[in-house]
Amino acid sequence: MTETKPPIIQIQNVSKRFGKVTAVDNVSLDILGGEFFVLLGPSGCGKTTLLRMIAGFELPTEGRILIDGQDMAGIPPNKRPVNMVFQSYAVFPHMSVADNVAYGLKIAGVKGGEVKDRVAEALELVKLGGFESRMPDQMSGGQRQRVALARSLVMRPKVLLLDEPLSALDAKLRAQMQFELSELQEKVGITFVTVTHDQDEALSMACRIAVINKGDVAQLATPSDLYEYPSNRFVADFVGSVNIFEGKLTLDEPDKAAVDCPGLGKVYLNHGVTGPHGADVWVALRPEKIYLHVPGEGKAVKAAAQDAPEGYNFARGKIHGMSYLGDITLFEIELETGARIRVSRPNLSRHDQEDFTWGDKVSMHWRADSPVVLLG
Amino acid sequence: MALFRRTPIAPLEYSRTLWMRLWVGAVMVFLYAPLIVLMIFSFNDSKRNVVWRGFTLKYYDKALNNDVLVEALVNSLTIAALATLISLVLGAISAVLLWRFRFPFKGAVDGTISLPIIVPEICMGVAFLMFFAMVQWPTDLVWPFNLSAITIAHITFCFPFVTMVVRSRLASFNREQEEAAKDLGAGEWQMFRDVLIPHMKPALVAGALLSFTLSLDDFVITYFTSGPDTVTFPVKVYSMLRFSVTPEVNAASTILIVLTIVLTAIALKLQGVKAIAETH
Repeated sequence: MTETKPPIIQIQNVSKRFGKVTAVDNVSLDILGGEFFVLLGPSGCGKTTLLRMIAGFELPTEGRILIDGQDMAGIPPNKRPVNMVFQSYAVFPHMSVADNVAYGLKIAGVKGGEVKDRVAEALELVKLGGFESRMPDQMSGGQRQRVALARSLVMRPKVLLLDEPLSALDAKLRAQMQFELSELQEKVGITFVTVTHDQDEALSMACRIAVINKGDVAQLATPSDLYEYPSNRFVADFVGSVNIFEGKLTLDEPDKAAVDCPGLGKVYLNHGVTGPHGADVWVALRPEKIYLHVPGEGKAVKAAAQDAPEGYNFARGKIHGMSYLGDITLFEIELETGARIRVSRPNLSRHDQEDFTWGDKVSMHWRADSPVVLLG
Repeated sequence: MALFRRTPIAPLEYSRTLWMRLWVGAVMVFLYAPLIVLMIFSFNDSKRNVVWRGFTLKYYDKALNNDVLVEALVNSLTIAALATLISLVLGAISAVLLWRFRFPFKGAVDGTISLPIIVPEICMGVAFLMFFAMVQWPTDLVWPFNLSAITIAHITFCFPFVTMVVRSRLASFNREQEEAAKDLGAGEWQMFRDVLIPHMKPALVAGALLSFTLSLDDFVITYFTSGPDTVTFPVKVYSMLRFSVTPEVNAASTILIVLTIVLTAIALKLQGVKAIAETH
């Protein structure tokens, strides 16, 4: 079972410069056949440029891109075995839905009968059966996107590229389309490469995510690894919400480590971090991994002591702000040190949000495996 | 009582207020009264145009049997058709070039391409007169080649209009559509045919209408460029007026007006008025 499939897309030392601006900076990535791959990053980080280089709309300044083992240098977009769903969908407004979907097939010289069958099949796949004769201006944004999807899928590409596919949809529809896209990808088995700035979208759909920052890959990991084990401050901060405190590494052994954070207090970890002793590090702590205790300081100290030495993984503070979001309540707490920390608390019962109010003194603890120590 | 049961006039419903209706009415009268008078008097049974003396169609008969007038009309229509066709191609190509590509002196080309619209017609006329004299453009060619000088002059001032209209339409083109076409396998030419031209179509129709009407009724430039034996409709009407203002001129003008209206209506019908309005 050690058979390793060769990557469908190999990006090798690719850089792209527009004049003096470096959009993509020496990126190397392998995208595996059949996976749902997401390029995640803030706007202007170079993720779209990377996607457009795969499609062939931009040429790399340096490096090369291989699709299915074939070097794409000098191959124009219309000859590449990939298809793209554009951010604006780019559905041809003067063609009916069926003509839109059939366009690529007709260009490729597929025979009439087969065109009809494949168009019907593709429209069925995106749940647009019966819409053949509609014009794009008679459809909603979500439906137009399905047309764009069908138009690309009908070509049976080796890779489907999607540029911010859900950004123009409203929240409900977006959530639904996230599921549908994942489902579709599983059904057709084509490699999907999606660009997005939306972390929820990335986490919910991807097999693997490459977080891009300033033209470079900040981290490449599965969604849960990315969230639970970010490798640097950018990723920790960009994916999800996080509290980051600066500190000094005071203890680092194979099975335990400790960091002294002036802002947060003493942090204990039940695993080593293999960082240089006494080094400046950062501790990242997710808001949902912090337990709030209404006054009962003793309870908090006791809970913290379960997997950490006394005095570690414990803090005191005052509620500075809170926002009730229905399923959770978000607190901003001013610690005794003056630093602020964000804590989220699930509302497990109807009256949970009444436990706390502004100005309340609270204590909190977290588990020894919750903090992440970041060296960069 | 019905007067009071109407729904009240909403704040922005100006088209239902009395003063607005009066104003619109006045504008209509100023615009169209002269044309209507001209048309009515084409049926006047009198040698002079001043007093109504009864209905007749004889001046239509006379105008249509006036060989020189008919020849002028045919010339005008031929020139207009040729000028429109060539302006359309030239104008569309230059619009696409200016929109799509970067090339040396693009700024200069961009700035001067609409010059023929701005330069006073009289200057254009004189310039053409001198130009054709200088290159010794032949004037004794057989029809329709005897119209070549006028046609060239007309193309010069028609195609910038096409360029302008097409360019403003191209500005609204979503480049992702071009990329989508190429992504689906289309080459440059297929993309042009299947995506860009359909997008430009309303502008092309509008540009053609503009060119045709501009060419058809041009007097000044044509006057300077027409040879001794080539006469166009406006030039002929002008020369007829120098002798006497008979209803024959009215009849000829009415025919031209009706022709223009019918052609415009056909073009609008073919394209759909909405699409043309979109370009502006």
